[in-house]
Amino acid sequence: MNRTLRVALATTALTAGAVNAQDYTKYGIKADVPGACSFEAIDAKDYTGRTLNIITHAIPVIGEPTALHATQFQELTGATVNVVHVPFGDLFQRIMIPFQTQQQAYDVLFYASLWLGDFNPFFAEVPAAYQETSGMKSVTETYRGIATVGGKMVQYTMDGDRHYLKYRSDVFSNPEMQAKFKEATGRDLTVPATWEEYNEVAAVFNNFDFDGDGAPNFGTAEVTKRDDLMFSAFISRVAPYAKHPDVKGGFFFDLETMTPLVNSPGWVRGLELFVAAQASMPPGGTSFGLGDEIFSFGGGQTLMSYSWDDAFVQAMQPDSPIRNKVAAAPLPGAKEVWNRTTNAWDTFETPNQVSYVTWGWSSAVASASPNQDMAFDYLCFFSNEANTLADLQIGRFGVNPYRAEHFDAAFYQTEMGWDANVATTYADTLKSVDTAQNQVFDLRVPGVGEFMSSLAAGVARAQAGEATAQEALDGVAAEWTAIVERIGKDRVQAAYANVVALEDK
Amino acid sequence: MYRQKYLFLLPGLLVLVAIILFPLLFTIRVSFSSWDVYNPGLNWVGGENYGRLWEDARYWEALLRLTGLTVGTVLLQYTLGFALALLVWREVVARRLFRVLFLIPMMTTPVVMSVLWRTIFHESLGPLNPILEGIGIGAVPWLSQSTWSFIAVMIVEIWQWTPFMFLLLLAGLLSLPNEPFLAAKIDGAGPIRTFLSVTFPMLGAISVGAILIRLIEASKIMETVYVLTSGGPGTSTETSSYYIYIRGMRDFQIGYSAALSLTYLIIMIVTLTIVAKLLVRALVRDQA
Repeated sequence: MNRTLRVALATTALTAGAVNAQDYTKYGIKADVPGACSFEAIDAKDYTGRTLNIITHAIPVIGEPTALHATQFQELTGATVNVVHVPFGDLFQRIMIPFQTQQQAYDVLFYASLWLGDFNPFFAEVPAAYQETSGMKSVTETYRGIATVGGKMVQYTMDGDRHYLKYRSDVFSNPEMQAKFKEATGRDLTVPATWEEYNEVAAVFNNFDFDGDGAPNFGTAEVTKRDDLMFSAFISRVAPYAKHPDVKGGFFFDLETMTPLVNSPGWVRGLELFVAAQASMPPGGTSFGLGDEIFSFGGGQTLMSYSWDDAFVQAMQPDSPIRNKVAAAPLPGAKEVWNRTTNAWDTFETPNQVSYVTWGWSSAVASASPNQDMAFDYLCFFSNEANTLADLQIGRFGVNPYRAEHFDAAFYQTEMGWDANVATTYADTLKSVDTAQNQVFDLRVPGVGEFMSSLAAGVARAQAGEATAQEALDGVAAEWTAIVERIGKDRVQAAYANVVALEDK
Repeated sequence: MYRQKYLFLLPGLLVLVAIILFPLLFTIRVSFSSWDVYNPGLNWVGGENYGRLWEDARYWEALLRLTGLTVGTVLLQYTLGFALALLVWREVVARRLFRVLFLIPMMTTPVVMSVLWRTIFHESLGPLNPILEGIGIGAVPWLSQSTWSFIAVMIVEIWQWTPFMFLLLLAGLLSLPNEPFLAAKIDGAGPIRTFLSVTFPMLGAISVGAILIRLIEASKIMETVYVLTSGGPGTSTETSSYYIYIRGMRDFQIGYSAALSLTYLIIMIVTLTIVAKLLVRALVRDQA
């Protein structure tokens, strides 16, 4: 089948090239980019009389580009494309229940990439022909790795995500603010290199009108609401204390024994600092969901933040009061890192910085789909170079850089009108995450929802003062042990080995 | 011929079996399986889920929290609903307008209402805290502090469902005969005496019905918690329904969440039966 598809794709590309070039700019792209997934190539296909069923997230994030490209695909190929939009909280079950009950409900699925451990058995492998398209070949190694399990590419990459630090560059470069910080701490104001520094900077500028608009500003906006992706924020904070650069074999578990590491001293230190930072958050900041974090930093309320791209993109909207007053940097690190092989803290002169290649959106084709050819064509069309470059420029779409050419600062300057400093820090930061030696990936194993739900509940207990950091994480470790036993140690271990392989490469 | 009459019951019975009995029996069967994200299907694990449930402190804490929330909100809804019903029972200017206005919260979808209240309670951007600061009370950590979050959930519940109490009690008041009130007036009873000796006792049966319906509904509270607090801070607003939702739909522990649901159902049936008996004994004179 792969060979047939490869031939078909090549033939289509040749046929498309032979006919007169058409103007596809009416679809909102700058120019069609030739290739097997281009507008021209897809236009040459005829799927009249066939139906493609797609499940995706609610509009706008991913849901809007799904619908947009579905309409375009329908116009170009004659296929009927049905798109079902589902809120994030229901997306997992809406995909999983048909899988488990063996109903062929959807051909194409858009979902959070960390669910791969659960969905993997139900996905079709991406045919080699599609893996060899120019668009797929320019996906960076990191994001190709995320799409792959056991050597098989089962996810069709159409988004790239990571956590990174965002800060108000106008405040950090302001001599008055620098003097205020020096007076308060005795040291120069610098972009935080450790989480201790982050908390310190946040505390100094908390409840202080640093932008002179008459209203108080605050130190840090973080995702802290228990069931609203807080676990990802926590992983960002914990990683540098618990992911030793010289210790291989697992961040969440010891891969050999599958003993949870979540209550080790590194994790506890990260949680203590997470809890301490609550004092520098805006009113209500201890129950901020992702949306709150986006609008708090993106709206100019807070000095610093870290999470996905959204808050940064929000800050750089044309009508934003802080447009071009922000910058990006890698996540803060740690000078003391827990070494679980020696059971001691190791000290580093240069902070240990860990890049958290956090989950993002991904897509796949159901292995039971009778329309795999059309489904993969839709995904390759969705993520073709022209569409992606257009989608990257619309913040609410939720499509973020994942190809080598996306890390070019010039693109953000010329196409999006960003100042050079903003574009450079953004592109450099994203690139540094992609190429970092010390990376952490999500726990992409069966039952990840259960593991993360347990983690978030434990962290929330510590945040609310219901337990100490150690007590809370001891509870999480006990639950994780029980979950591993219930799902099956071998299964979880086998899946986790794929994650560790990415980290220990 | 005579037996054919039973055929007319068949459509209703089939619907009953399809939408009530089958899901219930299926849930019972699922609760004895380990159906989860990796093991779909109906294997047999005996009482494993029920044994696990017994040791699940978070479930019992949620149930206890739910009890407090339910009793607190329903009592306040009853008191406020009664007061409002009394207010528009007699001749009041724009009586019809008030009656419609009081019903608006109940007519609105709980999720929409909760989103609106979340915006109102938002400690950075919401309008409530600036108002409280303006009148000298000061900002309140509505959604970021455990006790206040619990109060916030209560406020939304009370605001949304007091109209239901109002509606039932107003209907009850309007159906009361005039004679007892005339007799009370002739005997020289004042408004308080009339309320305590005539109005309130005569509304006993309706009060029991209204309270029970609300207790049943309030014990299923889910949307408000989901939208407003997601059960937090910590687990301070996590109720049974929300916890079962997390286990079932988020963690995809279908077998375990079925056991949680059934246990919850049995507890509710037993508790509400006892509560109903006690309320009837306390409020309905003929049954005393």
